[in-house]
Amino acid sequence: MALLEVVGARKRFGAVSAVEDVAFAVERGEFFALLGPSGCGKTTLLRLVAGFETPDAGKILIDGADVTALPPYARPVNMMFQSYALFPHIDVAANIAFGLRQERMDRRRRAERVAEMLALVQMADFAHRRAHELSGGQQQRVALARALAKMPKLLLLDEPLAALDRKLRAQTRLELKQIQERVGITFLVVTHDQEEALGLASRVAVMDRGHLIQVGGSAEIYERPNSRFVADFVGEVNLFEGVRRGSLLHLRGIERPIPLPRDAPDGAAILAVRPEKLLLYQEEQGGFAIAATVVSSDYLGGSTLVHLAGEGGLVLKARLPSASAEGVARGGRVWASWPPDDAVALDR
Amino acid sequence: MSGIGRLGRLVLIGVPFLWFLLFFLLPLLIVFKISLARSAIGIPPYTALFGKGLSLAATGDNFARIAGDPLYLYAYLDSLLYAALATAFALLFGYPIAYAIARAPGVWRQLLLFFVMLPFWTSFLIRVYAWIAILKPNGFLNNLLIASGLVASPLPLLNNFFSVELGLVYSYLPFVILPIYGSLVRLDERLVEAAADLGARPAVVFFRVTLPLTLPGVAAGALLVLIPAIGEFVIPALLGGPNTLMIGKVLWDEFFQNHDWPAAAAVAIVLVLGLAVPILLAQRFLEAEAEG
Repeated sequence: MALLEVVGARKRFGAVSAVEDVAFAVERGEFFALLGPSGCGKTTLLRLVAGFETPDAGKILIDGADVTALPPYARPVNMMFQSYALFPHIDVAANIAFGLRQERMDRRRRAERVAEMLALVQMADFAHRRAHELSGGQQQRVALARALAKMPKLLLLDEPLAALDRKLRAQTRLELKQIQERVGITFLVVTHDQEEALGLASRVAVMDRGHLIQVGGSAEIYERPNSRFVADFVGEVNLFEGVRRGSLLHLRGIERPIPLPRDAPDGAAILAVRPEKLLLYQEEQGGFAIAATVVSSDYLGGSTLVHLAGEGGLVLKARLPSASAEGVARGGRVWASWPPDDAVALDR
Repeated sequence: MSGIGRLGRLVLIGVPFLWFLLFFLLPLLIVFKISLARSAIGIPPYTALFGKGLSLAATGDNFARIAGDPLYLYAYLDSLLYAALATAFALLFGYPIAYAIARAPGVWRQLLLFFVMLPFWTSFLIRVYAWIAILKPNGFLNNLLIASGLVASPLPLLNNFFSVELGLVYSYLPFVILPIYGSLVRLDERLVEAAADLGARPAVVFFRVTLPLTLPGVAAGALLVLIPAIGEFVIPALLGGPNTLMIGKVLWDEFFQNHDWPAAAAVAIVLVLGLAVPILLAQRFLEAEAEG
């Protein structure tokens, strides 16, 4: 049985539809991410699960029990807020103990649990500080400890890393994953950052304008997107839209048609190719290739992102290992190609 | 360098300082000077502070009289009691009103705030007089009660403890609502949600999160009622009875009935000192709260 089941959830604010017929399930112990651009309804979905909003239609089940009508305080879930929402009038230890007090846990066990949580997030030395005396990263740890203290069945995290600077974010991401594995609690995280979602979660649900577009493992979402939206939103991609004739895609202004992958569904006339799948040749090849001029090449350390202007006004991006990008000079003439099966054919 | 420069800064600090000096400190010193004089017949109706050859002619008699006559002590204590009770009731009524306004949808919020401030468009004196018309034995309220059969004869609603308290709470309620409203709208809604999320029921959320975080507003509102209410003259004079002994009324009587300016000045000085100390204490408390 799934730990969290969202069944046909719908929520509208006036005329604005935030969540439309969303259904998905999160398994016990999973690290699940809701990914989408801002305004796609992912935060509303999270607030529906937490109980801050009531759905207009649909049900929310946690561990098999229908919690749709329960107020937030009666749900076996805890939430880590994007702004952390630490109580400013009490210290770190009291913040972490707040939820335990509501359970009427006795003093000694409460103190033990608080110490345990402080150790878990490496904040033992800060027990008697107030939130405003802590750095952003430290506040984030306290917020996590407070949300974990009650050992909820499900932990909700609203953009947990958004307020941290880039370097701290990478480190915290790793720690968050390790903590999740250690405590074994199911995590449901909301994020607009695809890197964060793919890096953290075992499964990802991509949302757009209130609808769930695709649910799958990180690699599946990246390698086998089911739609133009997912391919474009998750990572970088070259998209080609043309007229399909059999197993070939004809693009306007391009002489040679592009071969479609063998598993292309019927009627799929959009082709998505990740930049790292592109191969650049200095000389014209036999078989399929698009002639292009190098517009710029951005050195990114391990890899180099090459921007190309192709025939027929096509704009292309290729990601090469920096070592093999040395011969690619601005203004240079190249031929871009890829193994047909490395591309994904899409019908929407 | 700042944009305003040295002179600008001097003016910026100097203007309020000068204002304070001219319109608070100087008058207070004059009052203090008068309080050290003796009552006399003439203009002004008190003796000069310096006699012939610049000999000091100050006297502590007025203060001694205040200390010696229990009437003054009772008047101070009664004023404090009236004002403290009025403050408590104003907070009790004002907090829920402020809460309701802060939680109301945008358009309603402005309208409700406007209603809170609406009474200020009418003279304070007229509003207190209106209460006489409402509370007197054959007034609006008694007539209503008798007509509805709830009481057989008029209730004594006027010229007693009740009517003074009512007048104080009514008059000062907006001063409680506004600062509490101010701190409620500044309260981060996420904190309330976080408390509920951690298992706190609505009552617990209120007493453990909302109330502690709006205490600065509560304290500001309490001071805005307590301080003027202690020295209040109009309300006890109009709505109070012969037994209502508030310090503002005693002061009035010293000035206008006994024409004893020095005694009145001494009463005023004691009142200011009695107010200044609690204000300073309260400010310390507020600053400590703010620093957290």
